[in-house]
Amino acid sequence: MKHTITVLVENEFGVLSRVAGLFSGRGFNIDSLSVAPTNEETLSRMTIVTRGDEQVLEQINKQLNKLIDVIKVIDFTDESAIEREMALIKVTAEEESRAEVLRIVDIFRAKIIDVTPKSYTIEATGAPAKVDAILELRPLGLKEIVRTGPVAIGRGAKGWKG
Amino acid sequence: MKMNGARILLECLKLEGVDTVFGYPGGTVINLYDELFSFKEIRHILPRHEQAGVHAADGYARATGKVGVAIATSGPGATNTVTGIATAYMDSIPLVIITGQVPTALIGNDAFQEVDIVGITRPCTKHNFLVKDVKELAAIVKKAFYIARSGRPGPVLVDLPKDVQIAIAEFKYPDSVDIRGYKPTIEGHPRQIEKAVAMMLAAKKPVIYVGGGAVLGNAAAELTTLARRLGAPVTTTLMGLGSFPEDDPLSLGLLGMHGTYYANMAVTNADLLVAVGARFDDRVTGKIATFAPHAKIIHIDVDPTSIKKNVRVDLPIVGDVKGVLARMLKVVEEQGDKVAEFKQAAGHWLQEIEGWKDKYPLTYKQAASVIKPQYVIQKLRELSDDDAIIATDVGQHQMWTAQFFTFTKPRTLLSSGGLGTMGYGLPAAMGAQAAFPKRQVIVVCGDGGFQMNLQELATLVQNRLPVKIVILNNNFLGMVRQWQELFFDKRYSQTCLELPIDFVKLAEAFGAKGFQATKPDEVEGVIKKGFKTAGPVIMEFKIAREEKVLPMVPAGASLNEMVLNA
Repeated sequence: MKHTITVLVENEFGVLSRVAGLFSGRGFNIDSLSVAPTNEETLSRMTIVTRGDEQVLEQINKQLNKLIDVIKVIDFTDESAIEREMALIKVTAEEESRAEVLRIVDIFRAKIIDVTPKSYTIEATGAPAKVDAILELRPLGLKEIVRTGPVAIGRGAKGWKG
Repeated sequence: MKMNGARILLECLKLEGVDTVFGYPGGTVINLYDELFSFKEIRHILPRHEQAGVHAADGYARATGKVGVAIATSGPGATNTVTGIATAYMDSIPLVIITGQVPTALIGNDAFQEVDIVGITRPCTKHNFLVKDVKELAAIVKKAFYIARSGRPGPVLVDLPKDVQIAIAEFKYPDSVDIRGYKPTIEGHPRQIEKAVAMMLAAKKPVIYVGGGAVLGNAAAELTTLARRLGAPVTTTLMGLGSFPEDDPLSLGLLGMHGTYYANMAVTNADLLVAVGARFDDRVTGKIATFAPHAKIIHIDVDPTSIKKNVRVDLPIVGDVKGVLARMLKVVEEQGDKVAEFKQAAGHWLQEIEGWKDKYPLTYKQAASVIKPQYVIQKLRELSDDDAIIATDVGQHQMWTAQFFTFTKPRTLLSSGGLGTMGYGLPAAMGAQAAFPKRQVIVVCGDGGFQMNLQELATLVQNRLPVKIVILNNNFLGMVRQWQELFFDKRYSQTCLELPIDFVKLAEAFGAKGFQATKPDEVEGVIKKGFKTAGPVIMEFKIAREEKVLPMVPAGASLNEMVLNA
């Protein structure tokens, strides 16, 4: 079972290492992890995508909460959150393929952010599944890709400060 | 008042009620030791190894219930503390470890005696701190003690760079602590407690299974009252020993790998298991799939991560065990007739348990010519003071002590349960003796584990700590040998210690006394003489070399698949 967990932590050195160490030390999976400061400068917010059965996920939540530097853990179920991920993709774009790349970029509502005579660099944002889909550009010659990993926010009016 | 960081630390320790610290000086704590030189309110004990210093602080903490404090220098001093810290972490012992660190400007430069001890101890501390600014020091020490002793206790490390010890700041100790990410749940949910009592009173075959949490949470009195009020049998883990008097007919003794036949049978046949401050360790459960197969499980623990970690739980109660048990007792008192009905049903259950007790009591075969270790433990019990503190090392002697000593009071057994640290016993006893100079403190060791920290004989003699050291000498690493005998076709790979050591002479070399018994009829005399002799004493017993700890549940087997005679 895939889960997206948001963790509000103290914005201090060593906190990322505590969280990452917890996952590796207890054999939990991390599919992706993104972290950045929030609007409150003493807080950072992590989004972790992980997998496991119900018991493992319960332990992950409890163990995260047990860390002194962790202030809040939000375990999003599928429908309760909006997830977005960004990818930067460098593709081969020469003569006949240039138009094809542009068409795909258009379909995915992505953007070209760098151009050379032989390549395009694309910025694509969307739900993780959309980013997966745009990687179907592969036959056109994928040179390099970097993904941020998803970030998530709850649906509805309610907001978590920080 | 303005003072340097080293002095601020000492003032903080004093305000936390610390009267004794165990520490070892070095380059990055030399400023701290310079302040300590004229600071008379804190007694400093110098062990001969930093690992022993931490074990001593741990023994001090287990025996007193207070936070133990140890100091070490940076680099090798700090890494030497790691085994001690991990030992305390596994058994939830409150410690504050102060390590020196190279000056902040040098951190990360591979400076002399630099090591990232905060990084190294991250997975084996409850929390740790690197102090970067002297202005934060007092608040960090306050937090360290609060975190160490509250909730599920544990060790906290404070890494203190040399320049921070020298820097000057205004000293003000905070009155209170507020850590937004740390709010342990202390009070058990009243509805859950009511449900738990209802489940208990509906049970026909209940067993109360008690772990170290009952000792650490000072819940022995509440536990004993509740169990007796209900007439429910009680089994304890190694860490739980002493929380319920083992001379009570309701006591089933130890459960698990070397538990009693009747405790393991009771758990296997129970219809309700009430876990109190216990964490379903693999040495307790055996094969998880067949553990307590007929039982509903109530689990009371202050640490929510312990609940549903290893076994399914029907009713979790997160909270301090002392408060929860007291509340349960109150609810029980409101039930009236139901308690009488319950006691009647439990009476049949107790009879069934009596049958198991009669069938396979905890026993051993006495021999005329060779000393049986179990006999030594029984004699120790008989001849020691009622409030004696017993430390053990790790291995066969530890299990024999757990099985045969009959513990009746909390905080009278100091033993490394979770980590199973050989070399723990002697320094832990040293720490307990430092806390209670007038009480009898006895450490039971094997000849293997004793040699892992025997340098502490010097600390005992120097500080007039009259620890009585019992060595059950089989010239083997006995527990591993036992496994090799049972599961590896007697291929005793590297478990025979071969070189016979003259422990009597060894004691004398350190200025202590030593006595030896080689025959059963000498046991009592040696113990009496040892107890009567002032100062630290080694009592060495040459025991039956291939005696085994039984019963034994082989690793991975079910609790009712015990090896009873082998």
